[in-house]
Amino acid sequence: MISLSVNGKKVSVDVEPDTPLLWVLRDHLALTGTKYGCGMALCGACTVHLNDAPVRSCSTPVSAAAGKRITTIEAIGTSRIGRAVRAAWIARDVPQCGYCQSGQIMSAAALLAKNKNPSDADIDTAMNGNVCRCGTYNRIRAAIKHAGGLLA
Amino acid sequence: MPRIEIVNLSRRDFLKAGVGLTLGIVTAGPWTQAPAAGTAIGGVLGARAIPRGGFEPNAFVRIGVDNSVTVIAKHLEMGQGTYTGLPTLIAEELDADWKQVRVEGAPADAARYNNLQMGKIQGTGGSTALANSYEQLRKAGATARAMLVTAAARRWRVPPESVSVTRGVVMHKASGRKASFGQLAADAAKLAVPANVNLKGPGEFIYIGKHVARTDSRAKSNGAAIFTQDVKLPGMLTALVAHPPRFGAKVKSFDASKTKAVKGVADVVALPQGVAVLANDFWSAKKGRDVLTIEWDEADAFKLGSTAIMDEYKKLAATPGVPARKDGDPDGAFPDAANTLEAEFEFPYLAHAAMEPMNCVVRLERDACEVWNGEQFQTIDQAAVASAVGLKPEQVRINMLYAGGSFGRRANPHSDYVVEAAAIAKAIAGRAPVKLVWTREDDMRAGHYRPMYFHALKGALDAQGNIVAWQQRIVGQSIIAGTAFEAFMVKDGIDATSVEGASTLPYAIPNLSVELHSPKMGVPVQWWRSVGSTHTAFSTETFLDELAAAGGKDPYELRRQLLAKHPRHRGVLELAAQRAGWGKPLAESRTAGERRGRGIAVHESFHTFVAQVAEVTVKPDGKLKVDRVVCAVDCGVAVNPEVISAQMEGGIAYGLTAALYGAITLADGVVDQSNFHDYLPLRIGEMPRVEVHIVPSQENPTGVGEPATPVIAPAVANAIFAATGKRVRSLPIRI
Repeated sequence: MISLSVNGKKVSVDVEPDTPLLWVLRDHLALTGTKYGCGMALCGACTVHLNDAPVRSCSTPVSAAAGKRITTIEAIGTSRIGRAVRAAWIARDVPQCGYCQSGQIMSAAALLAKNKNPSDADIDTAMNGNVCRCGTYNRIRAAIKHAGGLLA
Repeated sequence: MPRIEIVNLSRRDFLKAGVGLTLGIVTAGPWTQAPAAGTAIGGVLGARAIPRGGFEPNAFVRIGVDNSVTVIAKHLEMGQGTYTGLPTLIAEELDADWKQVRVEGAPADAARYNNLQMGKIQGTGGSTALANSYEQLRKAGATARAMLVTAAARRWRVPPESVSVTRGVVMHKASGRKASFGQLAADAAKLAVPANVNLKGPGEFIYIGKHVARTDSRAKSNGAAIFTQDVKLPGMLTALVAHPPRFGAKVKSFDASKTKAVKGVADVVALPQGVAVLANDFWSAKKGRDVLTIEWDEADAFKLGSTAIMDEYKKLAATPGVPARKDGDPDGAFPDAANTLEAEFEFPYLAHAAMEPMNCVVRLERDACEVWNGEQFQTIDQAAVASAVGLKPEQVRINMLYAGGSFGRRANPHSDYVVEAAAIAKAIAGRAPVKLVWTREDDMRAGHYRPMYFHALKGALDAQGNIVAWQQRIVGQSIIAGTAFEAFMVKDGIDATSVEGASTLPYAIPNLSVELHSPKMGVPVQWWRSVGSTHTAFSTETFLDELAAAGGKDPYELRRQLLAKHPRHRGVLELAAQRAGWGKPLAESRTAGERRGRGIAVHESFHTFVAQVAEVTVKPDGKLKVDRVVCAVDCGVAVNPEVISAQMEGGIAYGLTAALYGAITLADGVVDQSNFHDYLPLRIGEMPRVEVHIVPSQENPTGVGEPATPVIAPAVANAIFAATGKRVRSLPIRI
């Protein structure tokens, strides 16, 4: 059994230690908001926070997450930053298919936690690992700035 | 009045399974409470029991005693905004309050939910969702409204003409009496459905043409939206399939002993074209598949590489093809020409690469089969699944969930992945519900690509630089051949989807011919966002630019002149050019060695007209940056301008990705690419600024999901020419 702290709750899961955190969240803890997109840390759809830092859960073995604080899209709204990001996403009509947006929001929230007034270059750097095939990038950029404004 | 039974036993099971899930779901709580007003969680989870005393005047709208207005959407929401656009049409004529509107995916039932532009077929594609629903759903809303008004008039004993409806409130102004839809629902349900209803004029619209918030934004911003990947049924097994490395190969033999020893693996079954590993969860199935040993029978396997295919196409292009269009006497016009230009264009296979790799959930019972899917092609899939499991189509129920993108892929004319899921369920005799999951690699290597094409173009100019003749030969696999659509989409040997955009060239050119070769290749092909226009817009719009330059004409002015009889093409062309400052000098780069250029292109697809002006910077090392795109669109009545803008932006991103990077190549029949490291997606730093301008119009609305996609590549290529003097004739762009 591996003990985890997920969204403020202690849970134990009976999985092999090499199981990616993504599949523990999705298949064992029914937290399906975190998405599978590539399995190789190339697309960012699986982004979660590990001790507040964004990580690609598809390429993070669950053993590496033991003892750390895991935050997923389902709980990001419990923080002020997360609420602002979600509100901005809705206000700016960001999502299209929506499949990548959990990961986008997790990366955006991590960026805003460090920098509430990010430049375009800051956004490019922080969001470079999150792919959106629907092409919502300009709205994501606008929503991050919008959220920054809400947090100012 | 017939009541449509939407809630069924299996759905209740599904809800139960949901409640059983604990962590996180409780905070999201989509199934422990009614969906939030004005939202849609997902096709199934948004569904609720019909409130007793509710009112359902037709197949598209249901009004509950709780005052909810549930719109039954017959089209898939894959990002293009159907779950907002379709309910907008009903809410408009119903005069509902947007906050009381909910959306539910329609079941597979072509008798009620067929796409009016696809005959008897229920499905989403060809940018038709809003267009084919425009009158149907407004009438559905107006009908419901008329019945609510009649119910109120009878209750209050006043003339119906004296009853009005404003934002969900029915009222009799003279007496001040008011009622909600919910309060009138039971009475309205007893009335006869009126045969004729009046629809609003454009001046009366309260939602159409205004900003209406998407119904799915909330659920797609908190993890609650349910995609196929998220479905979990009691006892469900996850299946991964080992597919052959080459198209057309079959399983000869396999050894599953190591696989069966992997913890969590429940079963291994052979399929006609692969071996399925079933496990309690994805990772166990993946580990099991990794240690599977398979010997393939490659007797019928496709073994050509991309270069060999293209060589064959080039040979074919040297011979006359099947005529798709002939105006005047092109052959006779060339000998007298002052100047003749020739150009050859090469296009690779393209994968759709939606963010959600293909997947499908199937539960097979003795006399029924239920499917959960980002369902784009109900009627085709229903028949294919029925055939695969030995049932009748009406015994196959399909639940339409949100799709994490599709770009055409989920409307597979052969129902490939859906049938694969059904075949696995059948192979285990329905012992457990099956969720088929393709990994990214499976998805990218599964074929059903946008075909490879080769185009040969020849143009003739007179002494004044006017285009007097145009000859185009297109070579590429037919998408439609061998599908259920062949009978009415392939005529006289011409697959309309192979030549659309070229055979429909709008320019006034007196002598013009378009010919087609449709060779057969063993690589499965399929429509890809904007279908034929993905290649025809590029070759025609860049070659026209080339002819303009050769004739000493401005590419914008020449287009204007040749489009005199096509006011809607010309309208978007002029709007884009004007907003982009066409003709004014482009600001030069401040970096030494960088060259900048501006290019224009215009194209009609799916009855929507799009023009784009692209501004690019070419760096000294040949690297390209698309800085700005000005896009003008004429799609008739702009039902939701924000969704239209989003589709233009998204279509540009999708088309630009293909223009810059997109290529699926084969080596001896084996696909070279596998994931996003070698099939590159556009990333945020590469996204140009996009400005969208919508032409005001009273024409019936047409689709916006596809038409922006094909225009960006030629606009960018023409901008590269303006910057560097180099012509781009093959995609992806290599400078």
